[in-house]
Amino acid sequence: MKKYTYTEKKDTRSGFGAGLHEAGKKNENVVALCADLVGSLKMDAFIKDFPERFTQVGIAEANMIGIAAGMTIGGKIPFTGTFANFSTGRVYDQIRQSVAYSNKNVKICASHAGLTLGEDGATHQILEDIGLMKMLPGMVVINPCDYNQTKAATLAIAEYEGPVYLRFGRPVIPVFTDPDQKFEIGKAWMVNEGTDVTIIATGHMVWKAIEAGEKLAELGIDAEIINIHTIKPLDDEAILKSVKKTGCVVTCEEHNKFGGLGESVARLLTTELPTPQEFVATNDTFGESGTPDQLMSKYGLDAVNIVEAAQKVIGRKK
Amino acid sequence: MKHTIKELEDIASQIRRDIVRMVHGCQSGHPGGSLGCADFFTALYFEVLNYNTDFKMDGIGEDLFFLSNGHISPVWYSTLAHAGFFDKSELATFRKLDSRLQGHPTTHEGLPGIRVASGSLGQGMSVAIGAALTKRLNGDKSYVFTLHGDGELQEGQNWEAAMFAPFHELDTLICSVDYNGQQIDGPTKKVLSLDSLQAKFEAFGWHVINTDGNDMQSIVEGLHYAKTLTGKGKPILNLMSTQMGAGVDYMMGSHKWHGTAPNDEQLATALAQLPETLGDY
Repeated sequence: MKKYTYTEKKDTRSGFGAGLHEAGKKNENVVALCADLVGSLKMDAFIKDFPERFTQVGIAEANMIGIAAGMTIGGKIPFTGTFANFSTGRVYDQIRQSVAYSNKNVKICASHAGLTLGEDGATHQILEDIGLMKMLPGMVVINPCDYNQTKAATLAIAEYEGPVYLRFGRPVIPVFTDPDQKFEIGKAWMVNEGTDVTIIATGHMVWKAIEAGEKLAELGIDAEIINIHTIKPLDDEAILKSVKKTGCVVTCEEHNKFGGLGESVARLLTTELPTPQEFVATNDTFGESGTPDQLMSKYGLDAVNIVEAAQKVIGRKK
Repeated sequence: MKHTIKELEDIASQIRRDIVRMVHGCQSGHPGGSLGCADFFTALYFEVLNYNTDFKMDGIGEDLFFLSNGHISPVWYSTLAHAGFFDKSELATFRKLDSRLQGHPTTHEGLPGIRVASGSLGQGMSVAIGAALTKRLNGDKSYVFTLHGDGELQEGQNWEAAMFAPFHELDTLICSVDYNGQQIDGPTKKVLSLDSLQAKFEAFGWHVINTDGNDMQSIVEGLHYAKTLTGKGKPILNLMSTQMGAGVDYMMGSHKWHGTAPNDEQLATALAQLPETLGDY
């Protein structure tokens, strides 16, 4: 097992804030909008340096999505910011018609995704957003795994032409990816090569997959770990190549197992290479109030759950 | 004036012929609101709006128009064709398989003149605001026009947008409301009353003007007047009285013809009331 270490913990939303600021410096067409959550989205640096390119929309997310769609007409590249719940479910039809169907170059940037939003509870903890967004034709869906990857992803989507959903979160987590990485949309990152089981993880679950890989190594199991940061378009080639070698797969996501990364992987494998698969994901449930760690534990999204799923799926190999 | 009132009325007559023929041709679509707005579209595209028919999505230096109540697509398609965006023969493909003239307007098939999809109601004002903000950032002084149904204003997103535009002093924005008092299920007064739209928009900070949307003189003068009101810190709302089905006697003033196609006999009756002025497609 390749050794991963970290010297600091940061929130992925701060990676977004840093990326947005840098994208703003690189390209004067980058503009930002926010629905009364500037601090939560870490947009302060962008606003300070580019006040005329920032629009405070107020608590009116539907209007924000429509305005963003309109701002592309004339060449702007709008980044909208609010919580994941209000970035997707609340404005699904506005995204569907004014952004996705109209093929507008809008970047929907969503913080506080998943259970790790914590104490605010289920009204704010969306576990359905990946599914909602990946269903939209032409929508790119990205869920980066740490501060550095989120920053790199933010810069990459500024250069990509077309609608994107970028999902990140609130908790501080280890920063373990390369600060100078080049983020390639749709290209998986090989975290660790192995032979016994493929662990595919996205977002906050990638660090947990690394922890699980270390525990599995102690048990004599050689896990291959792949980071799928881009859920759509999926890196079919990387997944098939790995699964051909290992013969089984565990998918890990801070999202409902219905509609998430795991289902995308299952769709690929069932048509190309039928393979035993286990899902580390929430099981058709809403969240609740609690600390992020308590919630990840209660809903089965810890390293120990990945270890158990890996052992189970290895047992299912023919 | 680029045209006389009579010339504009003749264009509107042809557009009305196209509308009933298009809706009859596919036996679906929305003739009522389309007919009611034929004069507005004629005035806008043949007298007021500054545009290039060599269509560019970004519309730099051009006036932009967004149709929020997308179901009245027939009137827009006919207007765009006669304005020169595409050949009028394409009007025959309305709502048919593989057409660029989808039931509701869309950019998806690349029809020139259209900049965003509409149909699911209530989204156009927000998009227009975004386009106006970008024009402001680009130092582009041209105008942004919209049209909304009155029933459509029951959608909440409109009021988010209506609050935003005056607060941000979007004074290049000229929104019109097709104030015909009808919606699918009946008169707006019975379905969900809009009460005084003038008072509502004025309370939100708009400059409201009133026009007769089925009187060419009134609508042309109204839109020119609206342009003189721009640049004064307020968006402009043109509250435009219309009759659903205007121009076809048996369709007028009733919600029955909101989304119903005429049969052969009804088509003949309608066409007899609408002189062919520019040549049928």
